[in-house]
Parts: sequence; C-alpha cells; structure tokens
Amino acid sequence: MQSFDLEAEGLRALNSALHAQSATTNQTVWDILNPKGAHAIAVGLDAPIEVNVKGSTGYYCAGMNKQATVHVHGSAGPGVAENMMSGTVVVEGDASQYAGATGNGGTLIIKGNASSRCGISMKGIDIIVHGNIGHMSAFMAQSGNLVVCGDAGDALGDSLYEARLFVRGSVKSLGADCIEKEMRPEHITLLTELLERGGCDAKPEEFKRYGSARQLYHFNIDNAY
Amino acid sequence: MTDDTIGAPRTVPVQSATFTPSVNAEIRRAAATGIYDIRGGGAKRKVPHFDDLLFLGASISRYPLEGYREKCETSVTLGTRFAKNPIQLDIPVTIAGMSFGALSGPAKEALGRGATLAGTSTTTGDGGMTQEERGHSKKLVYQYLPSRYGMNPDDLRRADAIEIVVGQGAKPGGGGMLLGQKISDRVAEMRNLPQGIDQRSACRHPDWTGPDDLEIKILELREITNWEKPIYIKIGGARPYFDATLAIKAGADVVVLDGMQGGTAATQDVFIEHVGQPILACIREAVRALQDLGMHREVQLVVSGGIRHGADVAKCMALGADAVAIGTAALIALGDNDPKYEEDYRKLGTTAGAYDDWHEGRDPAGITTQDPALMARLDPVEGGRRLNNYLKVMTLEAQTIARACGKNHLHNLEPEDLCALTMEAAAMARIPLAGTDWYPGKPGTSY
Repeated sequence: MQSFDLEAEGLRALNSALHAQSATTNQTVWDILNPKGAHAIAVGLDAPIEVNVKGSTGYYCAGMNKQATVHVHGSAGPGVAENMMSGTVVVEGDASQYAGATGNGGTLIIKGNASSRCGISMKGIDIIVHGNIGHMSAFMAQSGNLVVCGDAGDALGDSLYEARLFVRGSVKSLGADCIEKEMRPEHITLLTELLERGGCDAKPEEFKRYGSARQLYHFNIDNAY
Repeated sequence: MTDDTIGAPRTVPVQSATFTPSVNAEIRRAAATGIYDIRGGGAKRKVPHFDDLLFLGASISRYPLEGYREKCETSVTLGTRFAKNPIQLDIPVTIAGMSFGALSGPAKEALGRGATLAGTSTTTGDGGMTQEERGHSKKLVYQYLPSRYGMNPDDLRRADAIEIVVGQGAKPGGGGMLLGQKISDRVAEMRNLPQGIDQRSACRHPDWTGPDDLEIKILELREITNWEKPIYIKIGGARPYFDATLAIKAGADVVVLDGMQGGTAATQDVFIEHVGQPILACIREAVRALQDLGMHREVQLVVSGGIRHGADVAKCMALGADAVAIGTAALIALGDNDPKYEEDYRKLGTTAGAYDDWHEGRDPAGITTQDPALMARLDPVEGGRRLNNYLKVMTLEAQTIARACGKNHLHNLEPEDLCALTMEAAAMARIPLAGTDWYPGKPGTSY
C-alpha cells in the first residue's frame, strides 16, 4: 500500500503520482492522508487502482474518474465524481452540490445525504444515495440511474431525458416533464442490483420510479414556462 | 366622397419607420404560429462596427515599411501564463468554436484542414470532438461547455487547449438548441440523447456557479491535464470589463471575447438581436481589465464577432487584442450562402446571403446539416483549400495595413494608429473622432 501525505507533498505531486499508474501497476492501493478539504483530489485517474482518502475533500474529488475506486472516508465537497466515466466512488459521509454531475458511467455511492443538483445532466452514471437529496436533482439527466433511499427535494428530474430515478421516501415536488412511472419487474430487477451494489438494505418494492413524460422532447410553445 | 374631391391632391402613402414591412411580417408570422423565430447566425441589425474606424497610415512623424519586402510578423503565442505548452500560431486569426451537430462532419474536417494549412487553430463546439476534426487539426481547442456533451478526459488530453465557454456573443446568458432534424444517430450517440429529439444545451455550467468556483474548476482541469494545456475562458459581450477581470482572476490563460455579431447555430432571433453588445464596444473594456490587473499580453485576448477581412483583424489588434476568431466568415469561405445555390435557397423561401435557418438542417451548401445528400456537396479538401486561401488573404491585408502604419509585427498596431468616423465609434473604442484629438469621455474633458 502506498501512503501519501497530501498536506506535506502537495496536490500536483499526488495527481502526478496517481496518473503515472498504468493498468499493470503493482501500486494498486493508495491512502491519501491529511486531505483537509483540498480540491481536485484524485482527478483524472485512469487505472484500476484503489484510492482511500482519509478525511473530507473539497471540490471535484475523483472528477472524470476512469477505472479507479476512490473511497472518501469523510464528506465530499461540490462536484464529487463529476463527469465520471467508469470505476467507483464511495463517500462515507455527505456530499455537497452537483454530486456525480454529467457522469457518463461508473458508480457513485453516497452513504450520507447529497445536496442540491445531485446527478445534474447525468449521462450514464449510476448514483446511489443512502440518505436524502436536495432540490433540482437530476436536472436534464440524460441516462443512468439515480437511487435515493431517503427523500428528494424540490423539482426532482426537471427537464429529464432518459435517466431513471428511484426514490424510497417523499418527493417534495417534481420538475417540469418528470412524472411517476410504473415500477415494472425489469425495474425491480435493476433496482435490486443497484441497491446491492450500493450496499443498501432497502427493499426495491419500497421505491417509486420517476422518469420523463417526454413532452419536452420536441419544441412546443405550449410547454414554455 | 364628393365630386369636388375627386382628382384633388391626396396624402402620399407613408410606410412606418417603426412598423416596417419586415416587422409587420414577423408580427403576422408570430400571430399565425405562436412560436418565436429561431435562426442561426449573429446580429443582422446595423451596429457600430470596425467600418467606423480608419487607420491613419504613416506620415512625417511615422515612416512606413516597404509593402512587399520588409518583414511584418504575424505569429502569436496563446497561453503563456500558466500552461506548460502554449499554442504557437503562425497567424492571429483562429477558427471559432462550432459544434459537430450544428455543422456536418465534412465541414468540421474542412475547418481543420484550412486552419492547419494556414498555421492556426480550430475549435470544437457543443457535441464533443470528432475524429475528422482532431485528425485534420494540428492545433485544436476543445470547448468545455455547460452541456458537457461528449466531454471525456481522453479528448481533454488530446486537445491542444481547453476553452471554458461561459458565454457567447450571439446569446450571452442563453443556452443552445439543436432541433431534432439534425440529431442523427451519430450526433445522438455522441451526446447520449435519443435520436431525433430537440436537444437543449444548458445556459450555465452544472457544477460551478460563480468566479470562485470557476477558479477551482480551472484547477481541476489543469490537474487532469498535467498543467499542459492553455485554459481559455470564452465570454459573451455582456459586461466585458467585469467578466474579463473575473476570468483573469479565476486563472485564465486566454480570454476569448465574443460580440453580438458572433454567430450561433440556433437561438431565438430576439435574443440574437437584443442581448449583448457589439464587439467594437467590448474590446477596449476587456483591454482595460487586463491593463488594470497588469495582465495585458500576459493573458492573451482573442476577440470575435463580425470579423470579415484583414482590416478588421488589424483594427482588433490595434485596439489591444492578441488574436481574433472567425466563425461565420469561415463558413462563407467554405460556401455558406453561396449564390450558386440560389435556386435551392429560393425553394426554402429565402435567398443567398440571407439564409439563416441553419437549425433546420436543409443547408443547400451542405455545411449546417446532417443530411448525407446535402453533406456530400461540401468537399472537405476543397473547403480546406478555400479557407486557407481566405485566411492567407486576411493576413496579407492586415500586414499591408500594419506596414503602412510602420509596424513590423501586427501586435505593434496601437490605438494611436486609428481614428473614428462616428461619435458612437469614438466613444466605444476610445479612439479620437477623425479630424480631432477628442473622443466622448476622454479624461480631462468635460463631456
């Protein structure tokens, strides 16, 4: 295991060291000490390595991640796992705004709550939140799955495309063109797998599914706000 | 009517200067359809522009350089502030961001070919980076847009520079739209959207909201790309002094400033014509911001919006820009709105020179379309040759003017080389009105 003191060695050295890892690296496990809310920790990774951040992070931790597993043993600032392509990011605490924004793939697991705009413009990522999510989450979400074991705030799924949203608790309000949809057997199957992947003990039958009404797919003046 | 009024002089019919035939036609169109007008291109209204400035040329106090023999350099380096690998260009005319989706693949290829032949850069757009574009562009700027369509770290690293798009001159504060006619399978796949739907691009970034966040976003992009790539920030001509100031403070290597004449693939006509400022009014304000922060020439300024020929290039340089970007002019060089397609334009209810329904995907010139039959009308090799020719002419024209002003590099052009033809231009560009040493707002004057 590699141990890296971020406070002592600096962000540039950290990301350079992580970027230097290839698919065949032997340095497969990294512990990052003293993150102390620093921004851009472990961004742009592209190797099957495991990175354990021993504390809370600032903005954009694990941004644009590919292949790597990044585990934040604390809370994450805004934009955790933004534009993730593949791999896994786990946040033990809470996540601030824009968690998983524009993510194309991989899995983001948030064991606490996520703030506003969770999954905004998501493009294929799977996001599993053990707690609640804030307002405007999944805004213009294109594809992928957002699972919320707690409650969702205002305007969930506003201007949604083809992403699937599963919420166990209450939804304060739905955004434009977002509607509740039937939970069919294939969705139960999908959600079962997502909950298992996210380490959630919730039952898929307790969730409701939300998706796009597809009324905004073609420009119509009568749909304008 | 009585007999004595027959044949008497009558009031001549007078058309309203306010309710013009085109205004009335638009009112009738809106009443019939209930939909606002959407179109491509930039502002068509007449606004103060570079035509309102003139160069003074050499005189007894300044001697000129020989037109064809003496050296007049044109090179420019962009991204010298923080990037390990600044972009070196042979000419200060770059190709502005235009998306694959809005433009066809062959059109993007032609832009790359032409720019590369001329020794300059081209720029992606909303929708991601295509292989045609990367493969044929020696220097490629990768736009980082609110939609993040097609955004991925591999392309980020394949780019030569990154342009964070905050605003666009045609629609500062507005997002984009690409109507379903142009969402082909390939476009849909690149954008991760269903085929054939009308696609919207967000008006603001999804994961940052202000200049303090932007600074951190830039840090992230630099870390991902090993601090190699210049980071541009593109702003529309809204509040150029403050926007340029904030962009510089956030860590930009290059500020790209786009005036209201700059084009768009599609947005509301009311937005294009009524939001934002002409580029003439923006350049000196952005330069003032650079100067106030001690960053003029350290952070480079690229300006765009209605640049047509070498005289416009030279005027931008004289006002303090380091380079310019062209979009609409580059498309015209490829064949956009060419009168040879007049018959086709008429079938679409328009005429060559006025065609702006780029969003409909029926472009007779085969540029703003995804229709395979129309796309085939543009030969990317020939298009690249034409663009290269045009860029060379623009550069020669700018050099001609610079030599006449006694300058051995385009960057040596300065405001003192100019005079203004109108009060408006004088005020906006802070250039003395022709025949005077005064401009409105000049320090030390009372008005």
